[in-house]
Amino acid sequence: MQEEIIISGFGGQGTLFAGQLLSYAAMEEGFHVTWIPSYGPEMRGGKARCTVIVSDVEIGSPLVRRPSAAIVLNLPSMEAFEPAIKPGGTLVVNRSLIPLQSERDDIRVIYASATDMAIELGNVRLANVICLGALVQATSVVPVTAIERALDNHLPERHRKLLGINKEALHKGVELANG
Amino acid sequence: MAKELWEGNAAIAEAAIRAGLEAFYGYPITPQTEVLEHLSHRMIELGRVFLQAESEVASINMVYGAACTGVRVMTSSSSPGISLMQEGLSYIACSEVPAVVCNIMRGGPGLGNVQPAQGDYFQAVKSAGHGDYHMIVLAPSNVQEAIDLMVLAFDLADKYRTIAMLVADGAIGQMMEPAEMPPLRPLRKPEERGEWALTGARGREPNTITSLYLGAENLEVVNLRLQEKLRQIEANEVRWKEYDTEDAELLLVAFGTVGRICQTAVREARAKGVKVGLLRPVTLWPFPSARLAELAGQVQGMLVVEMNAGQMLQDVRLAVEGRCPIEFYGRMGGVIPLPDDILPELHKLEAAVGAG
Amino acid sequence: MATIDIPADMELVYQRPESLTPAHTHYCPGCTHGIIHRLIAEVLDELGLRERTIGIAPVGCSVLAYYYFNFDMAEAAHGRAPAMATGMKRTNPDKVVFTYQGDGDLAAIGTAEIVHSANRGELFTTIFVNNAIYGMTGGQMAPTTLPGQVSTSCPSGRDVELAGFPMHMAELLGGLPGTAYVTRQAVFDVRGIRRTKKALTTAFRAQLAGLGFTMVEVLSTCNTNWHMSVLGALEWAKDKMVGYYPLGDTKVSDAVRAMLEEK
Repeated sequence: MQEEIIISGFGGQGTLFAGQLLSYAAMEEGFHVTWIPSYGPEMRGGKARCTVIVSDVEIGSPLVRRPSAAIVLNLPSMEAFEPAIKPGGTLVVNRSLIPLQSERDDIRVIYASATDMAIELGNVRLANVICLGALVQATSVVPVTAIERALDNHLPERHRKLLGINKEALHKGVELANG
Repeated sequence: MAKELWEGNAAIAEAAIRAGLEAFYGYPITPQTEVLEHLSHRMIELGRVFLQAESEVASINMVYGAACTGVRVMTSSSSPGISLMQEGLSYIACSEVPAVVCNIMRGGPGLGNVQPAQGDYFQAVKSAGHGDYHMIVLAPSNVQEAIDLMVLAFDLADKYRTIAMLVADGAIGQMMEPAEMPPLRPLRKPEERGEWALTGARGREPNTITSLYLGAENLEVVNLRLQEKLRQIEANEVRWKEYDTEDAELLLVAFGTVGRICQTAVREARAKGVKVGLLRPVTLWPFPSARLAELAGQVQGMLVVEMNAGQMLQDVRLAVEGRCPIEFYGRMGGVIPLPDDILPELHKLEAAVGAG
Repeated sequence: MATIDIPADMELVYQRPESLTPAHTHYCPGCTHGIIHRLIAEVLDELGLRERTIGIAPVGCSVLAYYYFNFDMAEAAHGRAPAMATGMKRTNPDKVVFTYQGDGDLAAIGTAEIVHSANRGELFTTIFVNNAIYGMTGGQMAPTTLPGQVSTSCPSGRDVELAGFPMHMAELLGGLPGTAYVTRQAVFDVRGIRRTKKALTTAFRAQLAGLGFTMVEVLSTCNTNWHMSVLGALEWAKDKMVGYYPLGDTKVSDAVRAMLEEK
């Protein structure tokens, strides 16, 4: 088993943190995992992207040109990664910010109005966790409970009060993938 | 200790602490800054010395000063900063005091960019500063190995009273992987410092640490001693990793991040029936030349892959001495070659040498 | 150090300080480095610090100072002695650390290191020997060469339009909050030598008390590269150098003042 997942959006959308949650969950499930961000000169609101690879064997390349799954939180990310996903792969689209339909018929596409749903839940910054819930449910890369445990253990101290709505957001995403 | 998810730079910093780091002097530069940031709070918490210097020039000379007193000391930087340290490195090498330096390499030349690169191979392996010397150069390809080599760097620096440099690129510095930290070693006691160290001439003749030897013959004697030490290091400390080389007809040679990317290329090529193996040097100096020469008798060709224009390539050629064809694939400027890029090059080599 | 049997009817009035080795120095006849070395050695002996002192020699005429001082010493890269001293003192706060630097070393190539060490209040002492010329390389213009002063790299005299103005390091460092004691002295006559020794004592005592960065700038001569007689150089220095570089303290912190009053 190997899943290569790209999570991409603007800085502040929590792409790197969503990738870390997935990485903690994968590690605690006993998988090999790598998390690698794209990095560059620091700019508020600049592009933010990470690649997470989860595998049952030792991971060589931490980067892939064609991921097996992706979460795209903004339009430039959609344009960059929608065409790249391997056939049979999964794409989670933040419909709130991406007014496009995927043209791929060889992948599973899940549309989530994640930013709007996050605002409804009370915090715009939960869009990442909603999308992660959808991705995890759709790919079964790790059990949803492993992400919950990762939230329990790794949500930064200053955000502890948001643990409840983070889990709520995660399950909203799971429901989207089920629906 | 259980595995934890560690970012490469933080892991390198923490591993240095576990190895008994007593003092860190450094300057911020991307993509290395997290090493400095991690140490800025951990060293203070532990009551050890941390100082953000005014420049890399000052950093390496602070390291030199502390090293003269026999403490475990390091600095870290990224390519342009290492260039600024070259003077100090040369003085440290000639003075024969132990020091550890970490270079999280970025794209160059010049200000270049902050993306991962391996353009400092020549600098690390062949020209760390003026004069005749080499540093021990350790090149991890994953976070666990970065931790293990960081600890080894201190032990080797002490053992040979030399500079040990960890060279990783920005990808290893920035990525996160599960890894296990070694336990915290007790700090060296003042009385355990070398007899050569500047600790105050109490009840003994004064010690002097210098890199100045006036008179050609005097300096030649020093150089001969340094060379003898380097031969010992070459005899004892060559390290490398091999993957699928037993029956290999083709060999990939790559280090650091590219080394691990080539592991994937080997796996994918093997799935298509190509009998390819990988040799990944772990010490860039001393270089695993003897093993490469041996493999040159076994394989029909080699492909060297680097994130530079072909620097380690020269050492592979020197090791192989024409015994088999050697091809090269390199990317520069911070571009990371991926398995998809390497496989076609491998197929080209396969076709050229008629393997399989 | 070898002990000498002194006849009962005689009194020992002069001897080599224990902090100096018996080596003959390589300094030119008439050079004031020898005086300054001896003053440092006397002060360290008197304060009982020889066995816990680490000195750092610069690049310049005093590059071989470690042959003459009888305690642990290191030799720095050009201008980097303050960075080395920082590395040493921070890891060895119980040691007495000093740098011995010339004007090219401290005021040109090593400006960043000395300014930042002083500003951080590093707890070492710098002895800054200012003779307004590069001696070891054969008499080129220094950052402290006086306007109009001739050197091999300003053969018609220092032109401030071309080469800028001489650096007043004691004034510059004295203005930094991290410094405890900064002074400028001269060793051109007995009175100056005595005052320099007193200043060195104050600097090392302030270091021992952890009061901040300390520097003693010592105006010095270079009769060889000034192309003067020994006495002529001393006269020129008193006449011209002191006019440009006023003697005296540029910084005595309240803590240092209190330390001095306590005595």
